[in-house]
Amino acid sequence: MAKYILKRIFYLFLTLFIIATLTFFLMKMLPGTPFSNQNRMSPDQLKIVKAQYGLDQSVFVQYVRYMGGLLQGNLGTSFQFNNEPVTALIGQRLAPSMQIGAQAMILGTVLGILLGAVAAIRKNTWVDTLATFISILGLSIPSFVLAVLLQFYLAYKWHIYPVALWDNFQSSVLPTLALAALPLGNVARFMRTEMVDVMSSDYIELAKAKGNSSWKVVTKHALRNSLIPVVTIIGPMAVSVMTGSMVVENIFSIPGIGEQFVKSITTNDYPTIMGLTIFYSFLLVVIILIVDILYGFIDPRIRLGNGGKE
Amino acid sequence: MDKILEVKDLHVNFATYNGTVQAIRGVSFDLNAGETLAIVGESGSGKSITVRSILQLLAKNADIAKGSILYHGDDLLQKSEKGMDNIRGNKISMIFQDPMTSLDPTMPIGKQVAEPLLIHNNVSKKDAMARAEEVLRLVGIPNPKARMKDYPHQFSGGQRQRIVIAIAIVDYPEILIADEPTTALDVTVQAEIIDLLKELQQKIGTSIIFITHDLGVVAGIADRVAVMYAGKFVEYGSVNDIFYNPQHPYTWGLLDSMPTLDTSEANRLNSIPGTPPNLLNPPKGDAFAPRNKYAMEIDEEEQPPYFKVSKNHYAATWLLHPNAPKVDPPASIKKRFEKFKQLGGSVK
Repeated sequence: MAKYILKRIFYLFLTLFIIATLTFFLMKMLPGTPFSNQNRMSPDQLKIVKAQYGLDQSVFVQYVRYMGGLLQGNLGTSFQFNNEPVTALIGQRLAPSMQIGAQAMILGTVLGILLGAVAAIRKNTWVDTLATFISILGLSIPSFVLAVLLQFYLAYKWHIYPVALWDNFQSSVLPTLALAALPLGNVARFMRTEMVDVMSSDYIELAKAKGNSSWKVVTKHALRNSLIPVVTIIGPMAVSVMTGSMVVENIFSIPGIGEQFVKSITTNDYPTIMGLTIFYSFLLVVIILIVDILYGFIDPRIRLGNGGKE
Repeated sequence: MDKILEVKDLHVNFATYNGTVQAIRGVSFDLNAGETLAIVGESGSGKSITVRSILQLLAKNADIAKGSILYHGDDLLQKSEKGMDNIRGNKISMIFQDPMTSLDPTMPIGKQVAEPLLIHNNVSKKDAMARAEEVLRLVGIPNPKARMKDYPHQFSGGQRQRIVIAIAIVDYPEILIADEPTTALDVTVQAEIIDLLKELQQKIGTSIIFITHDLGVVAGIADRVAVMYAGKFVEYGSVNDIFYNPQHPYTWGLLDSMPTLDTSEANRLNSIPGTPPNLLNPPKGDAFAPRNKYAMEIDEEEQPPYFKVSKNHYAATWLLHPNAPKVDPPASIKKRFEKFKQLGGSVK
């Protein structure tokens, strides 16, 4: 197992290296420079500023320099945000984004599993229909529409939660709900399909034949086996939640990373674009790694190393 | 002998989109302590549904329309779901057909074997695991102590069926239902599993209801045999009665289609022509009549009652009616009658 994880970590860095390289050259292909809209600068001044940031060198030299910095954990300095180091920029804004992202993923996944399981157990009843309806709503309503609706009713009309504020847990409820709809719908649909299959399998029949009550059949045998494919979609879902959070953060005025990402792209803030891309990629690759390791814990058949004999 | 199970006039219907399928149409039998009853018949004849009705492990669209299932005089059909949970895996347990899919793939096998004990008996987890280990050794899993932690995919098909058997016998059930336990296994493993079941039966003194479509397997394990066709028993009796003094044309057909040492390329394997009737609209008369070359007019009109052949041997065919004409059974069946005479039986 340890050998496997080490190998995966090596690939993780290889992936990040490729992503960083691609992003770097793609970014350089964008028209304009970070200083294109600074009309008051004379050509001489521009030259000086460019030289100061090393932008007068060839793209390849810039690339080697950047990668050298990256190896030392240096993501460079932002051109736009008061010359702050990019790591500091991300650090400041990481907490709110991570908090609502994680809350939404956990809430959506847990509720989705429950909803899907209930729908499967009560297959072809009104409970099933209702659950399917809810999950399709969750899947099809874009998070920003839901965000605005929640904001209008729960905050503006009924004053239960703040409209757009970031201080305590209260203020994270609405953005979390808006972001949780998608994972909820996704997980519920997967869970239902899988659990319907599992419930009609031979080992569930054997579990009943052992004298397990219906409740125990579900909790001891059906749930765990139904979870296996659900785990697979957690990775891609985390990406959707992350991208969704960019807009939702804006709606609720949350000082998160998403907002900053959009700004850095429109202003050609190279180091920030690079830094955020690498950060998001890192997060994603780590989530995928965790999911793969989690897989082994849930399903012994794909447990690696000394466990599986096949 | 003690009768421990009595099934009386069991009728099971299935609600489908096309209408009601009458899968079981009046099955009655009893089971004595310590004996093995085999139920044979082709696919779809209702063998599995009959035994699943005993544990009430039927699909949701199934309806036990009529009949009673008395276990020590207690009607199982009147029991609550909780009452049935106390019977399942404890008093009556079941071995399923396909060992490759019968075990929970995400649970170590030791835990799976110990589960019935933890459900039904007030034992500690440690004691249950110790007992599971003992039973795994009994069914022939080598090095059970170490292998208890392994998962189903780490065992071969034959070993998995041994584990499924271990689960079924771990709580020393009074009745063991084996639903085609050897069908999914290759022939050498089949023989091992049959021997194991016989051995276990002697050790723990359980009764077995053994379902199969393989008459060769029946001869090796059963005390009594019931032949099932289209949701009914057409003939039942001791294993010698059924093999050497069969009376029903369907039983003749089954026995005649068994390969023997004389079967060669020149004389091909016999088969019963036609297909079983559609039980959406069961025929008015004898369900086997359309495939029966010995069928008479009355077979189309009226279902035959059970005619007594000898003590404990009954067959539902009009051929046994006193007014029926004498028919000439297939040659292989006549040979069997000869054998029956040698065994000391009297052939009609």
